[in-house]
Amino acid sequence: MSKKTTSDWSRRDVLKASAATTAIAGAPMFFTKNAFAADYVNDPGDASTVTLGFNVPQSGAYADEGADELRAYKLAVKHLNGEGDGGMLNTMQPNALKGNGILGKKVEYVTGDTQTKSDAARASAKRMIEKDGVTMITGGSSSGVAVAVQSLCQDAGVIFMAGLTHANDTTGKDKKANGFRHFFNAFMSGAALGPVLEKNYGKERNAYHLTADYNWGWTQEASIVASTENIGWNTAETVLTPVGAGDFSQYITPVLNSGADTLVLNHYGKDMVNSLTQAIQFGLRDRQVDGKDFQIVVPLFSRLMAQGAGDNIKGIFGSTNWHWSLTDAGSQAFVKSFGQEYGFPPSQAAHTCYVQTLLYADAAERAGTFEPCAVVGALEGHKFDGMGNGPTEYRADDHQCFKDVLVVKGKDNPSSQFDLLEIVEVTPRAQVEYPVDHEMFAGGDLGTCNNGV
Amino acid sequence: MNKFSAISDWVLLFAFAAAVYSMPIWLEPLGADYPDLMQRFAIFGLFAIGYNILFGLTGYLSFGHAAFLGIGSYTAVWSFKLLTMNVVPAIMFSMLVTALFAVVIGFISLRRSGIYFSILTLAFAQMSYKLAYSVLTPITNGETGLQLTLSDARVLDAAAGIEVTRSLPVTNFFGIKMSGMPGFYFCATVLVIGFFISLRIFRSPFGAMLRGIKSNQTRMAYTGLNTKPYLLWAFIISGMYAGVAGGLMAVTDPLAGAERMQWTASGEVVLMTILGGVGTLLGPFIGAAVIKYFENILSAYNTTSLTQVFDFVPEALQPIVVDVVSLFVGSGWHLTLGLMFMITVIFLPGGIMEGVRRIGSIFSRKKPTAAITSTPSASENASGA
Repeated sequence: MSKKTTSDWSRRDVLKASAATTAIAGAPMFFTKNAFAADYVNDPGDASTVTLGFNVPQSGAYADEGADELRAYKLAVKHLNGEGDGGMLNTMQPNALKGNGILGKKVEYVTGDTQTKSDAARASAKRMIEKDGVTMITGGSSSGVAVAVQSLCQDAGVIFMAGLTHANDTTGKDKKANGFRHFFNAFMSGAALGPVLEKNYGKERNAYHLTADYNWGWTQEASIVASTENIGWNTAETVLTPVGAGDFSQYITPVLNSGADTLVLNHYGKDMVNSLTQAIQFGLRDRQVDGKDFQIVVPLFSRLMAQGAGDNIKGIFGSTNWHWSLTDAGSQAFVKSFGQEYGFPPSQAAHTCYVQTLLYADAAERAGTFEPCAVVGALEGHKFDGMGNGPTEYRADDHQCFKDVLVVKGKDNPSSQFDLLEIVEVTPRAQVEYPVDHEMFAGGDLGTCNNGV
Repeated sequence: MNKFSAISDWVLLFAFAAAVYSMPIWLEPLGADYPDLMQRFAIFGLFAIGYNILFGLTGYLSFGHAAFLGIGSYTAVWSFKLLTMNVVPAIMFSMLVTALFAVVIGFISLRRSGIYFSILTLAFAQMSYKLAYSVLTPITNGETGLQLTLSDARVLDAAAGIEVTRSLPVTNFFGIKMSGMPGFYFCATVLVIGFFISLRIFRSPFGAMLRGIKSNQTRMAYTGLNTKPYLLWAFIISGMYAGVAGGLMAVTDPLAGAERMQWTASGEVVLMTILGGVGTLLGPFIGAAVIKYFENILSAYNTTSLTQVFDFVPEALQPIVVDVVSLFVGSGWHLTLGLMFMITVIFLPGGIMEGVRRIGSIFSRKKPTAAITSTPSASENASGA
């Protein structure tokens, strides 16, 4: 056991110790690496390769989406390097890419697991920036994560090409100059769904919202409430549910007694599969309230979720960014090469991630450099076509893509296990567009682009 | 003998400090010499060292220390939001607020010992997590995580005339940016200070008292001694360590998420301490570094990088080798950690430090002592090896 008492530590000892500690503390400053000699952070310089960071959820409630995103990224890298059949490189308009990597550098990639947690996602993104030297980070299937990683990329000075993120905040109050979103957002879902819901369910409805308790859920709830109240619906109640809850029965039981005749599920991924399945097990869809059939709406739909929910999605309305059954040349080229590679059609998450990678590569090619500010300049206001959504524009003011939105419905008679959604309406861009200072997007500042030096 | 032990403690402290500050050099071959991971080594090392003061010395197994980590983080981010981007007040407030929580949680939990104490702390941590996750969202911003915004008050910065630009301000230590390498040196300095305090506690009568509680609390009580205040102090001190660690997490990356308080995070620090060596000075830090290394490096491997690693294997065998190994890396890194943990507790119940001591004893002619490093003879062995 310890033999020494406090008295052994004289004032002199302490002084000596602190002097020595200072000396040691100072020493390593001389060894600090001169990492920032380049004009921008992670400049690939003369290297023959460039590294991209794919940061996707490999565990957690959105793991299915993450797995599909990763497949799309690998495919995009193949196509960029001139392997495979080229996919959308053949349909993209305009297209500066030559199929020899980006700016003649072969594309390599690193992957990371966001675990659908902001903390883990930022740790993983930091590793990519500091260790692997990526010039761009992309991916994610949660807006909480997207916002967190986007602000990290802004601070570090790399480009962030958001994956699946649907919250208004990503290009609203949390928008950043180094971040770009191709995916549509909650406001657009609301604007597209409103008229369709009115046509099918009438003007007099009483809606009950179950909402995932984070920024995506909050903004989607606000968007859908605004758009449905606009067509005359009443909002009975809005209830927040934790992400990854698994069991939603305690939230669904009160719906039965609330007098509501419509349930809006602001859930995504496995959460949506669980809450929808349980809502149907509780017999919600067999109910009648005041002579009206009870209806369920899932504002953000994806095929992966539809697959998980099985028969339960039949006849349910929702919106989606893209669907593999689209017949334009870009979509078909992508579905074909994705199908050849993996044996099944891609999800909307895969699509947006694939497109984002190509858009980044094209922007760097056009800019002639990987320098973040030059790439930002090349992407801002960029108009393109042939990527599956028709004519699309990256709005310079908030880095949000504007394009048509799909309103879909769960198919009553699916012809295959993937053919689960039918497209009810393609809502034109003009109907879902909003001013930059719209109240649901206000409060943020794009700031200025950051090269990280 | 006293004199000798004092000298060997200084040697230990300086060796530790030298090892920590030179991490950027000797971690390079391991691929871990990037600032974010080294910051994590320092932060979680500090967390585990503090945890060890409670668990290692008194034997009270707290399963809820992550709550303090989270509270420290939230406090620090709020200090950045409301007061100033300077890290010093943030760390101070992290320490103070966590101490307050530790007093309350410790006072209640320490009414019981053994498994009941563990369950109570676990319950408190889960309560804190649930509160942060969904109930107290105005304070914690829930799942999204508490982040800085342009419109934050930052009254001290505003009073000092620091203008708000269009981009978010960064955390600083009197002007030195606290991200990247400077951030690491800041964390490393706090770690060395934390290690020094832990060393002093280990050597103090207070530490001896805590060890007494571990070996036989009833006997301590029979001698007419009230052990509760000692336990509570140990709990508060280790809680403050966790708070500072949480504050440092916010310093290097000003964002606080509720998942920091989840029970898995509490379990992680227990793993770190046991893996490194419970009740040893250096063990918890080593355990923390090993676990964080695995978490960040192993989890980053994917099939492509594995194929590159196993390039030397004959082509026919390569897919098989890659398939087998890929179970243990990437998202399967927990499997590796689990295996390593099992092997450690089965063959080296004293953790990595016991392994080090056994190797040391091979080179030494003296019979190895079973006692912990604090015995002079053991230190002598170690320094002789």
